[in-house]
Amino acid sequence: MGKILEINGPLVKLELPQTVIGEQVRVGRMGLVGEVIGRDGDTALAQLYEDTAGLRPGEVAEGLGWPLSVELGPGLLGAIFDGVQRPLQAVWEQSGDRIARGVAVPSLPRNKAWHFVPDAALHAGSTLAGGTVLGTVQETESILHRILTPPQIHGELLELAPEGDYTLEETIGRAKLADGRIEKLQLFHRWPVRTARPFKQRDHAVAPLITGQRILDTFYPLLKGGKAAIPGPFGAGKTMLQQQIARWCNAEIVIYVGCGERGNELTDVLEFMPELTDPHTGRPLMERTLLVANTSNMPVVAREASIYVGITLAEYFRDQGYDVVMVADSTSRWAEALREVAGRLGQMPVEEGYPAYLGSRLAAFYERAGRVETFAGDHGSVTLIGAVSPPGGDFSEPVTSHTKEIIQTFWALSKELADARHYPAVDWLESFSGYVSSAAKWWAQEVDPNWENARAEALDLLAASEELQRIVNLVGVEALSSEQRWTLEAAGLIKEGLLQQAATDEVDSFASPEKQYALLAALLEIYRQGMKLVKLGAPARRLIQMPLLAQARRWKSQHNSEDLAALKAKIAAIPNAFEPLFEEYAVTPSTLREATP
Amino acid sequence: MKNIEFRTATSAQGGLVVMGGVPGVAAGSRVQLRDHAGRLRSGLVIRTADDAVLVEVFEGTDELDLERTWVRFLDEPFKLPLSRDILGRVFNGAGLPRDGRPPIISADRRDVNGEPLNPAARAYPREFIQTGISAIDGMNSLTRGQKLPIFSGGGLPHNRVAAQIVRQAKLLGEEAAEFVIVFAAFGASHADARFFQESFEESGVLNKVVMFLNLADEPVIERLLTPRAALTAAEYLAFDLDYHVLVVMTDMTAYAEALREVAVLRGDVPARKGYPGYLYSDLAELYERAGRIKNRRGSITMIPVLSMPSDDITHPIPDLTGYITEGQIVLGRELANQGVYPPVTVLPSLSRLMKDGVGKNFTREDHPHVASQLFASYAKALEVRGLAAIIGAEELSDADRRTLEFADAFERRFIGQGEDEDRSIHETLSLAWDLLSMLPPETLIRVSEDELAKYHKGTA
Repeated sequence: MGKILEINGPLVKLELPQTVIGEQVRVGRMGLVGEVIGRDGDTALAQLYEDTAGLRPGEVAEGLGWPLSVELGPGLLGAIFDGVQRPLQAVWEQSGDRIARGVAVPSLPRNKAWHFVPDAALHAGSTLAGGTVLGTVQETESILHRILTPPQIHGELLELAPEGDYTLEETIGRAKLADGRIEKLQLFHRWPVRTARPFKQRDHAVAPLITGQRILDTFYPLLKGGKAAIPGPFGAGKTMLQQQIARWCNAEIVIYVGCGERGNELTDVLEFMPELTDPHTGRPLMERTLLVANTSNMPVVAREASIYVGITLAEYFRDQGYDVVMVADSTSRWAEALREVAGRLGQMPVEEGYPAYLGSRLAAFYERAGRVETFAGDHGSVTLIGAVSPPGGDFSEPVTSHTKEIIQTFWALSKELADARHYPAVDWLESFSGYVSSAAKWWAQEVDPNWENARAEALDLLAASEELQRIVNLVGVEALSSEQRWTLEAAGLIKEGLLQQAATDEVDSFASPEKQYALLAALLEIYRQGMKLVKLGAPARRLIQMPLLAQARRWKSQHNSEDLAALKAKIAAIPNAFEPLFEEYAVTPSTLREATP
Repeated sequence: MKNIEFRTATSAQGGLVVMGGVPGVAAGSRVQLRDHAGRLRSGLVIRTADDAVLVEVFEGTDELDLERTWVRFLDEPFKLPLSRDILGRVFNGAGLPRDGRPPIISADRRDVNGEPLNPAARAYPREFIQTGISAIDGMNSLTRGQKLPIFSGGGLPHNRVAAQIVRQAKLLGEEAAEFVIVFAAFGASHADARFFQESFEESGVLNKVVMFLNLADEPVIERLLTPRAALTAAEYLAFDLDYHVLVVMTDMTAYAEALREVAVLRGDVPARKGYPGYLYSDLAELYERAGRIKNRRGSITMIPVLSMPSDDITHPIPDLTGYITEGQIVLGRELANQGVYPPVTVLPSLSRLMKDGVGKNFTREDHPHVASQLFASYAKALEVRGLAAIIGAEELSDADRRTLEFADAFERRFIGQGEDEDRSIHETLSLAWDLLSMLPPETLIRVSEDELAKYHKGTA
């Protein structure tokens, strides 16, 4: 038993000999929890996850003997946890509207019984290794929770409980370890959050994560098991875009970590998600979702931990063979929490007050993403999407620039686009994806072999229009040739008819890959038809007046992804709209009117 | 310990006093200092160990010595006494009366720091609040429980806009009587404070207002306490007495500067522009106290006012505020110079909660689309205006000229309105359609074809 020597904000100096760095401590009469971050002789420095007001020097402190860990087992899905995995719903029931300090509520409900079905292949004497599936619990209708052998256990199964209802406290089996010790098995186990969970080997990421957002899927794809960042100044729609991804992506589990963000955002998710259905399974979205919340007014040290809690939960579901998406909003707040503690420790700041290890911590965190082969022989993945909140929207600041070097997909949000209410405000020139060639294989196989070319053509068109726009801004649109004016118009059509996507519009909110490609191909077809006419001498002015252009801008919100036949009929009719003009300008209309491939 | 006076100060400078040899002092505890002239000052314990306790003194360390300074540790955090009688009263930043009336006596005293609200206990803000200002109601709607700051600059009429919102804010059709106002000014000039006081008086709401004033010539450290005291009062009114509370706080820039001043004294590592790294968390502690709670009738809606240093929206104070609050109303110098009041620059303005508070069951079905269309059309019109400035208006096409006319009319008639003009949301929307009708219907792709047919005056 030790005691408190000094209190300085969230940092507490303790007299606590023989403690280990990383060990959890319980401090003071209120029983505040924290972790040891430094040792000096018999004194230890600890950072507390809760506000330290009222704590006094001389009060007791004790080491708990384990590092910050999470409980992994049935009961996770649909729940909302704080930054150190306290279940906020249960805390609310126990301590009221405000989070009282020192409340100790187990992360997973202890009194609830789960229907456990043991794995048929297992019997007494089977060899157990970490990650072996002991059996299953149907946690929600869409998610089968596989009960895993804790990673550190290797040995022989002595007995396994028959099918039946068990609580987390009950023993469902016993294993004999190599050294002869006997371990009991339960429906859950603990894992330290700062240690990555082991797996058999890393795999190539192959399939794109479909988010239903056209600018993301079609232009800057992310793979399942990939790493992405969404940087953006405030008000650029970062939260909205992340919520859209959490809602519509084709992952099996979505973990949303609200790290230093607004409380109302979490409330929005909590109230909204249960009403929505998963477009891929038809089940309520909340059944596959899990929230970790350290809102901006909650203690800053727990903010630093919340990201690790989130990623550990993600890895646990990955180890069951699921594709998991973790959205971390925002990694900048996490970095700031790191900076705050570093500042209090008197560590030398390098850039903008951040400690020198910012880059390596970020890199190590993002490395926990990936697609792996699990010990049970399944394939699972963790896709990591980190929001970044650069101060003043300046992408050269430390967190954004470090992140940019680590991730593969960069969805840059632009204040200018958001101000013009072009949503999602993903800047098509600043963004990039290193996964295009892998994604192209999937699109060619599943949707259309021409995807990669069409994508490139549209991007070229957008880049060309940016050049032209500069000229227009200097000398006016009259200075452009007809060809250039048409290029500008077609780029506008792509921006409004394809890139802009209304999250609040029921039809437009989600677009299947088929719909995305159909729209892309259609708009390019309009562009090509018009370009042919311009080359025949038709003035761009005539083309721009065509009602087809206004109509095509509305297609995205007129046809949902299930009903593409009507859209395809409209697309097939595109050449007809150009026919009168062809008759006017072409010498031999019949040969030129053919649709371009 | 409360009753013992210690005279063990070992150092004093820049608002901080170090006390030696006082064991077991609680972190965050309130302190009372008596100086050589017998004047009382208050302070807070910010670091504590048995051999040295660091105390922050609100009134500063001027005219203190070490030998004749007596310190009592009150063993509790800063608390505000609360009762129904706070309505109609004026307090200083530390919660003491400054209106010459007796202090509030109540057994109900609460820690001004509050405790973080459990996100699971929050209820999402949904009800539309009508402010009577078209640029806000029509395009950046305020909802009950939202925090929507006004970003302004020196010399811009943010105080008049804030006062107009306070006078006109109402929920559609109900509960007008349950509306009260908590007003907190820190670092405000005497003139500003008087302006608000008179404005409340004239509109006859003074008995529904609680004021917390820390003026520009008053102690800087007390500025850090002022918003906390005000929000503690607001939480009491909202969640104990079921009022809908509108909190106006001005000026957040003065608050952040006070925080910086104190941080430098404490020796905290500076992050951007000398502001401490915890500026974000600190601001969030204030802003996040707005909101609604499940199973409680009251609510706290917050309108912080901040002046952007050199009109720079990327300055740390507006920047961090923008990340925490649910949108912002930006006032612009250009419009103000043209005589447009309120000079709301709509493009960088935003209300994040608007999507859930307007439309079908709240205002009118076409509202979200109209707002989106106004934004898009005005953004387009500004591009044309920029072009016209270069190539001359004569060179523009007819379509572009109509667009320019739209922009002018939009600024004068839609954004611009009288300081006492209280427009209903229906007036605002029909005005919006009048303006949109200046543009050809085929360019209006953010509104549906049905809405065009119903409201666009060119297609009827």
